[in-house]
Amino acid sequence: MFTSLGRYILLLRLSFRRPEKFSVYWAEIMREMVSVGLGSLGIISIISLFIGAATTIQVAFQLNSPLVPMSTAGSIARDSTILEFSPTISALVLAGRIGSSIASQIGTMRVTEQIDALEIMGVNAPGYLISPKIIAGMTMVPLLVIVSITLGLTGGYIACLVSGDVTPADYLMGVRDGFDGLTVRVALVKAVVFGFIIASICAYQGFYTSGGALEVGQASTRGVVYSCVMILFADLVITRLML
Amino acid sequence: MIEIQDIHKTFGENEVLKGISAKFQQGKNNLIIGSSGSGKTTLLKCIVGLHEPTKGDVIFAGENFTHMNFEQRVPIRTHIGMLFQNSALFDSMTVEENIMFPLNLFTEMSKSEKQDRANFCLKRVNLDGTNKLYPAELSGGMKKRVGIARAISMQPKYLFVDEPNSGLDPLTSILIDDLISELTEEYQITTVIVTHDMNSVMGIGEHVLFLYNGEKWWEGSNKEIAHTDNKELNDFVFASKFMRAAKAKL
Repeated sequence: MFTSLGRYILLLRLSFRRPEKFSVYWAEIMREMVSVGLGSLGIISIISLFIGAATTIQVAFQLNSPLVPMSTAGSIARDSTILEFSPTISALVLAGRIGSSIASQIGTMRVTEQIDALEIMGVNAPGYLISPKIIAGMTMVPLLVIVSITLGLTGGYIACLVSGDVTPADYLMGVRDGFDGLTVRVALVKAVVFGFIIASICAYQGFYTSGGALEVGQASTRGVVYSCVMILFADLVITRLML
Repeated sequence: MIEIQDIHKTFGENEVLKGISAKFQQGKNNLIIGSSGSGKTTLLKCIVGLHEPTKGDVIFAGENFTHMNFEQRVPIRTHIGMLFQNSALFDSMTVEENIMFPLNLFTEMSKSEKQDRANFCLKRVNLDGTNKLYPAELSGGMKKRVGIARAISMQPKYLFVDEPNSGLDPLTSILIDDLISELTEEYQITTVIVTHDMNSVMGIGEHVLFLYNGEKWWEGSNKEIAHTDNKELNDFVFASKFMRAAKAKL
């Protein structure tokens, strides 16, 4: 375990060494940002809408009491969405979508000697392959989380319109009342950390793949599993530290 | 010229290379041959710096490559071209982008200059017009030739080739051998080729290094192979009936 941790830290250090030519790395960062951001927009939008709607209906069901104003359902759904559902569930889904892609892409490059080819040319392979992915993860995951929060709250509103468990006016009042900007800051900090975890762990697994197609698949699976565990651990730590 | 001195390489308890020394001359095809597991690819990887030798030195034109760090190696590496066994072309890039990749990183050439250079390299390997194709759209022989085009794009002083003929038909193999040989002579490159293709050995092997169980077992030229009394080399080179018959006619 300590050997792996050491290799992971050394790989990160190599990844952020001075680039050979900034313009080439910049183009790579842009390409990765499009891949991570735009490529994940569809799945994030779908899950956010459904989770927002389901959360609102469930909270309304649990608050079915004449003593509790129904606007409370909006407040609880808002905080749950901002603090937990949007950053954490989005990150878990993204670990599966972009994490597996990063691990298998780099792993395939390793077993087909493409990484050796980079090194022979004098290119810092970890820097060229990994740093753009980490930068893209740390910038695009927060943007995706903002989209997810917006769509999650929209999903809650649509659920109110369709189910009638909470009136849309009560829901909107609940969403607005007692809003604390700290919750959004916590969500964004989580998103940045989760983006780093997904990209770096999966890149590490891919970079040290050896063998063939079977090992690439195993590296991809390991990358996703370790990322998910670390996301949940980081979620707990950040929540404890910031709230 | 490249000189290797007393190269040892150990993986765990397995000593793969046992003190190999040799000189690879400029403008010549230097072939490293040997049976599977004899250590020839490991030796090649030690020379180019993909493996660090456990002991010994690799010297490129008087500069000790082994003792250099990553940054110090970069100026030498920009003079190295390598063709890998499976070509190792970047899948996500077109043929042209593959060839222009080292030029993008290590030169200040304009885009049109880089395109001209890519076109020149492709023409040199008889693949003009394939600029916009992706590696997945190429045959095995075409991939090898694009790999050679990429390797010569930076006008290398040293060319390393790992199993250039694996997976190719005999005719394409001869074309690739001839192409490597022509480039070596034309640009006065120090070329090191790892192979176990006997047609290559007899065709272009100006300087042949035979490895046996991780040791340098024999060194000479293709012309000398036919007359050597080295048993292991004879067993290896003349393993097939065809080669034995060819030897008998010599």
